[in-house]
Amino acid sequence: MKTDRILSILFILPSLILVGIFIYGFIGWTGWVSMVNWRDVFPDFTFVGLRNYARLFQHFRFVISMKNTLVFTVLFLLFSISIGLLLAILLDRKVRFEGFFRTVYLFPMAVSFVVTGVAWRWILNPGTGGESVGLNWLLERMGLGFLKSGWYTDPNIGIKAVVIAAVWQMSGYVMALYLAGIRSIPNELYEAAQLDGANVFQLYRHIVLPLLRPVTLSAVIILGHISLKIFDLVFAMTGSGIGFSCDVPALFMYDTTFRGNYFSQGAAIAMILLMCVAALIVPYLTYSIRTEVRR
Amino acid sequence: MWRKLALIIAVVSAVVAFASKIEIFSWWTAGGEAEGLQELFNIYSKLYPGVEIINATVAGGAGAQAKAVLKTRMLGGDPPDTFQVHAGHELIDTWVKTGFMEPITFLYKEEGWDKVMPKGILDIVSYNGEYWSVPVNIHRANVLWYNKKIFEKYGLKPPKTFEEFFQVAEILKSHGIIPLALGTKDGWEAAHAFETVLIGKLGAEGYKGLWNGKTKWSDPRVTDALETFAKMLQYVNSDHAARTWDEACALIVEGKAAMNIMGDWAVGYFYAKNFYDFGWVLAPGNEGIFDALSDSFGLPKGAKNRENVINFLRVLGSKEGQLAFNIKKGSIPARTDIDRNLFPEYQRSAMEDWLRHEIVPSVMHGAAASESWVTEFKDVISLFVARPDVKTTQRALVNIAIAQGVPQQ
Repeated sequence: MKTDRILSILFILPSLILVGIFIYGFIGWTGWVSMVNWRDVFPDFTFVGLRNYARLFQHFRFVISMKNTLVFTVLFLLFSISIGLLLAILLDRKVRFEGFFRTVYLFPMAVSFVVTGVAWRWILNPGTGGESVGLNWLLERMGLGFLKSGWYTDPNIGIKAVVIAAVWQMSGYVMALYLAGIRSIPNELYEAAQLDGANVFQLYRHIVLPLLRPVTLSAVIILGHISLKIFDLVFAMTGSGIGFSCDVPALFMYDTTFRGNYFSQGAAIAMILLMCVAALIVPYLTYSIRTEVRR
Repeated sequence: MWRKLALIIAVVSAVVAFASKIEIFSWWTAGGEAEGLQELFNIYSKLYPGVEIINATVAGGAGAQAKAVLKTRMLGGDPPDTFQVHAGHELIDTWVKTGFMEPITFLYKEEGWDKVMPKGILDIVSYNGEYWSVPVNIHRANVLWYNKKIFEKYGLKPPKTFEEFFQVAEILKSHGIIPLALGTKDGWEAAHAFETVLIGKLGAEGYKGLWNGKTKWSDPRVTDALETFAKMLQYVNSDHAARTWDEACALIVEGKAAMNIMGDWAVGYFYAKNFYDFGWVLAPGNEGIFDALSDSFGLPKGAKNRENVINFLRVLGSKEGQLAFNIKKGSIPARTDIDRNLFPEYQRSAMEDWLRHEIVPSVMHGAAASESWVTEFKDVISLFVARPDVKTTQRALVNIAIAQGVPQQ
């Protein structure tokens, strides 16, 4: 018993040490850098407190990119989850070639965000006038020309066009989550409901959806943290966009740190991003730990 | 005893093994630029056959990604033996003032480079009376490229002044042709075009003064430049945010757009597309001014193979090296004593201008101001493209200069 204990601690120890250094140690380091005056390649560790943060909130790019993140996150979650759920329910209706459709819907996830970004940059290309390409071309051919748009080059749409690509990439994954969730619901529940005379709508409304709540929560957490720290998709698809209409904090952080050499300000952006992600994840963690303890 | 000996042997052999290597860091991975780099390696290998060359390149336009990698390496105490850096403030402010480089004035003396390179370029590679890097090429940023066929078809003359530019643009627009091709996807292209407008409105001295405080950003000529630029933006392709600089050049090649303001790396693009119907004049109002940027290599402190680096720098500055490299890369040599007739037509004209014109440093390409200033400048102009508010933008430009320690009163 005792040797077991020692052994298990020994097994965990290396990863504990590595996580301690490379995750928490570096978070601490970034936090420290965000409060000094390092604004050149050469480090300057004069302590300035929260000045970098204060400056940040006055920077137009930061304000724009935070607003964009909010819009992006809300729309991305809303659409990925509802489309994913819809696909899962449809697939669950015992369709033919289910395996084929599952693969098709899940496939975008196997593609990296960079590839998605490049592809959608062209699909949503805002071709002018009669020489439109991609989606605009398709809309025109279908007689829906009035739906043509500048997409990500229209400052009013901007980040919402990026959402389309992100939803395309991730809704299949949400579908897989939900499908697994639906399949894990015991058959007896369905049978009992049918015996009670529930129709299909009532079945989903009162049996399936409530039981899928934990899946929805995981989907929100997973998609939420992807959305808050999104970088590669935006970088490949649009860059910061016209008048920064597609800018996100991670892009701003990259520019600030590695192009502008404002290392402290870059660290401050990184810390704020971390806090946003933490605001999402920590409640989830405490919730799941509590339920585990209860068990 | 034996152990000690073994250790000594290990250390010595490690040193010997190191001494036969050189790691060269750059962002030259595409077409002509990679070929040019290979030419330099060939010459170097012929002269120093025992040295293994490690070609450390990081892909990405204008070095955006490479610079991030370089910074982490330099700060981590693991500098490459030598690395590509834009001559001027990017070199001086980022690496020289911060104490990462060794001066190479002795090389300039030994090789006589200070006699064969023009003052404009010697100025931007020097700091505190020392030279810090070897410029291997010169690019010109203030060129207006145009599609010859379109201009012939409508009987137009390429514009030299802003007035002519707007006249020509109006005519082209009425024929359904995009007057000015622009790509702003990567964020720097609009600021690049605006840089040439600043030069056009302020002249060489006025423009240079912007970066050292002799010209104030509140100057009415800056207002004029912003207003003119806003007007020019009315003549660009509506999908500019979806295009990178080369995709904007494609509009010229396809005959959809008539003009484009871009650096002379555009020539390499035109050739690569088998497009020879292009002509060039200077950007409006830029007569007699050469807006220059230069790639250069220096000697970082703590380079593991110092001797090899010095030899490599000798190759970079040599007549043979500059000729072989620039013919492939599409730029012109920094040295002025190389036979012009060996180069294609555009490069010949640029080499002539290099001798006669007044040289000013490009801001967007790291020669005129520090990287932090350039980043802020680029951001403000990017915003201006979407919201052309002259007053706010000018105030922002003034504030950036103040934050950079350049008084504006």
